[in-house]
Amino acid sequence: MTQYIYLTVVLPLAGFLINGLFGSKIKNEKVIGWIGSGAIGISFLIVLSAFFQTLGLPAEERQHIVSLFNWLSVGSLQVSIAYQVDQLSLTMALIVTGVGFVIHVYSIGYMHGDKSFWRFFAYLNLFIFAMMNLILADNFVLLFLGWEGVGLCSYLLIGFWYDRKFEKSTTSDAAKKAFVVNRIGDFGFLLGMFLIFLTFNTLNFNEVFARANAMHVSTTIYSFIALFLFIGATGKSAQIPLFVWLPDAMAGPTPVSALIHAATMVTAGVYMVARCSILFASAPAIMTVVAVIGLLTALFAATIGLVQNDIKKVLAYSTVSQLGYMFLAMGVGAFSAGIFHVMTHAFFKALLFLGAGSVIHGMHDQQDIQKYGGLKKEMPTTYKTFLIAAIAISGIPPLSGFFSKDEILWRAYANAGFIYWFIGVVTALLTAFYMFRLLNLTFEGKPRYDAHHVHPHESPKLMTVPLMILAVLSIVGGFIGIPEIFAGEHGNNFHGWLEPIFANAQIRLSHFGSHTHFEEILLMAISVIGAAASIYFARHIYLKNQSIAENTSAKFKGIYRLLLNKYFVDEAYDKAVVQPIFKVSESFLWKITDVKLIDGLVNGTASVIDVVSGKVRKLQTGVAQTYAVVMMLGIVAALFWIIYSL
Amino acid sequence: MFIAGVVGVLTRKNAIIVFMSIELMLNAANLSFVTFSSFLGNNIGQLFVFFVMTVAAAESAVGLAIIIALFRNKLTINIDEINILKW
Repeated sequence: MTQYIYLTVVLPLAGFLINGLFGSKIKNEKVIGWIGSGAIGISFLIVLSAFFQTLGLPAEERQHIVSLFNWLSVGSLQVSIAYQVDQLSLTMALIVTGVGFVIHVYSIGYMHGDKSFWRFFAYLNLFIFAMMNLILADNFVLLFLGWEGVGLCSYLLIGFWYDRKFEKSTTSDAAKKAFVVNRIGDFGFLLGMFLIFLTFNTLNFNEVFARANAMHVSTTIYSFIALFLFIGATGKSAQIPLFVWLPDAMAGPTPVSALIHAATMVTAGVYMVARCSILFASAPAIMTVVAVIGLLTALFAATIGLVQNDIKKVLAYSTVSQLGYMFLAMGVGAFSAGIFHVMTHAFFKALLFLGAGSVIHGMHDQQDIQKYGGLKKEMPTTYKTFLIAAIAISGIPPLSGFFSKDEILWRAYANAGFIYWFIGVVTALLTAFYMFRLLNLTFEGKPRYDAHHVHPHESPKLMTVPLMILAVLSIVGGFIGIPEIFAGEHGNNFHGWLEPIFANAQIRLSHFGSHTHFEEILLMAISVIGAAASIYFARHIYLKNQSIAENTSAKFKGIYRLLLNKYFVDEAYDKAVVQPIFKVSESFLWKITDVKLIDGLVNGTASVIDVVSGKVRKLQTGVAQTYAVVMMLGIVAALFWIIYSL
Repeated sequence: MFIAGVVGVLTRKNAIIVFMSIELMLNAANLSFVTFSSFLGNNIGQLFVFFVMTVAAAESAVGLAIIIALFRNKLTINIDEINILKW
């Protein structure tokens, strides 16, 4: 099935066109929903069979390129629409189509009764189309097409309920924010692409990486390439300093948050770094930057997540934090561990978001966790699946989050040093704490909502079945990547599967001192015990003794306010960037450049012509003989000129 | 002969005389065509003269018609007074 991989791109596009063009005529929600979901479901089956086909091949033959047609041909730049099927893209494609399909099905239930039901599915399919282009692309230009495409869909879907209020403004403002912040990152990505073309004279992945492996290029150039690409990744994957758009992106419908802003699109940056691993590995300084940014983002977002009261906001900061982990993995050279975390995170974070969606659905669009409580009885399925996801993200064995997170932490310790590991573990403890704060405030304890007006109810089957599927995946997803010390001689399966992709990059990275198994198990035990302890703490504080939480926040009022207001980053950006741009636009660009310069130029041209023509028109005497004289003189002059020039 | 025609066109006031001067110029050109044709032994020049004469006949018909139309409107054929084609 590998040669039919292009169908996984074409089918979502077809779904988008059918629903987008005829959706408003179809009216029937079932038909629209299943056209949208079916396109993704079939794509998933194709990817799955391609995966098993590839799995059956020996490791050296696992890379295929399915070339469709030549797209751009300018000078030495040759860009074709070609899809690369290899271990990395297949893994990502499985995540995108698999989780995507589940979320599509869930959306049929969640979006039931929405007036633009068809528009929602059209956008979702368009998103999958762009995302598949992004991950299957065999060159930077096609990847960039997908990159921009997912950005567009993100914009469209965040602002999907364009007539609703969101916090202080509207959802369309949140959408615009996401789009503009992403543009900054895209700009960096474009610069990186230009520099790659300048250096390697091609934009095809395999050629670039082969040349990077063979050619001698200075570290400075590699550093710039890697830095620009990483700037692109920080935009798309919501890392410091460009993470501000992701929390606002929660203005969109919850399935969108699950699909785009948790499971797939935001991991595009991680995927891109992994894909270009050889370029990053050649720039050690930038690797450190990636690791540090990832680590800081993880910690920073986790602390904000501790005090947020909007259920989706908590999950959004948690996503930012987990993305930070992935970049930490990239930065310390644990590429396959990072991709592993992308996968497990896609499972449990999509599950968390869909669970949150189910809660919001049952609570009539109420998102404030202080107005929940005791929902365990009313929503048993949602509660159970949410609990599984929360345990998974907290890193308790043997759920999936434990394996991926612990591998990252271990590699951070082994490759980068103690301090990386330490901050990582602190973040993991914070993660466990805020997840269980969320869980306890939502599902346990006494109801805090107005029981007369709000009647919580379990969601329909169409929504709970996807939750169960994801819950199963969250439980077993980790077993494909059991660390070497437990798996014995087979080693880490997932690592072995991805190894050929990163082999060249690993050679470039300097080797690190060996560490004993004892250390690994010790560190693992510390993080697990820590996570368990913070779960216990969260339970203790938010169930038994609420006053502790209140006292603590009262005692550290400054810090609490700082966290609640997200370190005032939005305000700082507003003051430092947005307002100056407004000011400059108004006082300089508008009042001077536009009014004086451009209008002046246009009006000036007109008045100059007016004055000159006022003089020139006097020449038109109306007397034919005057013209004749002038004509005569002209002819005589022309004659003289011709005769003399002969 | 050509120069006489040019001077006539440039200096005379009466439109009909100007018109006759134009004919003078045309015929001057014709004459030189014929002369050079016979001098160089090339018949093409004589052929041209026929063309010029045909066009001149048509042109004089049109020109006279314009002068008559002018006279009907302005009651004059003094070209200094016919100056409405200005700013």
